[in-house]
Amino acid sequence: MRSALVHAPIDVSALIAEVSGARNGAIVVFLGTVREVNDGRAVTGIDYRAYEAMAERELAAIAGEAAERWGSPDVVVEHRLGALTLGEVSVAIVAAHPRRAPAFEVGRFVIEELKRRVPVWKLEHYVDGTREWVGSTAIGPEASGVGRGPLGESR
Amino acid sequence: MTLTVLLFASYADALGTSSLALQLPAEARVSDLVAQVRALPGAEGLPLAPLVAVNQRYARSDQRLSAGDEVALIPPVAGG
Repeated sequence: MRSALVHAPIDVSALIAEVSGARNGAIVVFLGTVREVNDGRAVTGIDYRAYEAMAERELAAIAGEAAERWGSPDVVVEHRLGALTLGEVSVAIVAAHPRRAPAFEVGRFVIEELKRRVPVWKLEHYVDGTREWVGSTAIGPEASGVGRGPLGESR
Repeated sequence: MTLTVLLFASYADALGTSSLALQLPAEARVSDLVAQVRALPGAEGLPLAPLVAVNQRYARSDQRLSAGDEVALIPPVAGG
């Protein structure tokens, strides 16, 4: 397994090659891409920033947890940082496994945990020239979020 | 003890800096550090209990801090 933050376009074919092998019967690829509309606002691009040292640590932990839980070391995840334009790949997860069901489960687990735990932020740029940190609109006492936090607590 | 606190994204914008040097009593807890940060100009909009990482791991509010710890306030994450 391998994980990385990258500052250049992600080479998905290289990631697939990395986990390919006769031991596996399934490879699932998840790509996150920059969408043109968010919350009804027209987006022109997204600047991805991170607390890099911690983000690398959390990504590696997630890949390790997936490999252990599903018994396959063949999972790679790369998250891109910097300025991305519409349609570009911001995150790629490639999970290979002898069986297809666990391959899908690994891909889902990695993206959901990444979105919950990895300290990466999006600065969205809009058509009208404004920009905003995603998720920061409700900055305030009620803004600690919903669902399960990084410590596993109810929030 | 003096601790450096890293700020990111909306929190860095709110406080106008990406790092703070705070003076804290020995045996201070994460919640003490948060209270100091929240008292700074610009911090009015921060959550009462923002996520905090100590030495690059998420920390609970009652965790004790030590000199040399790397502390970071973590805004709601938005990767993917």
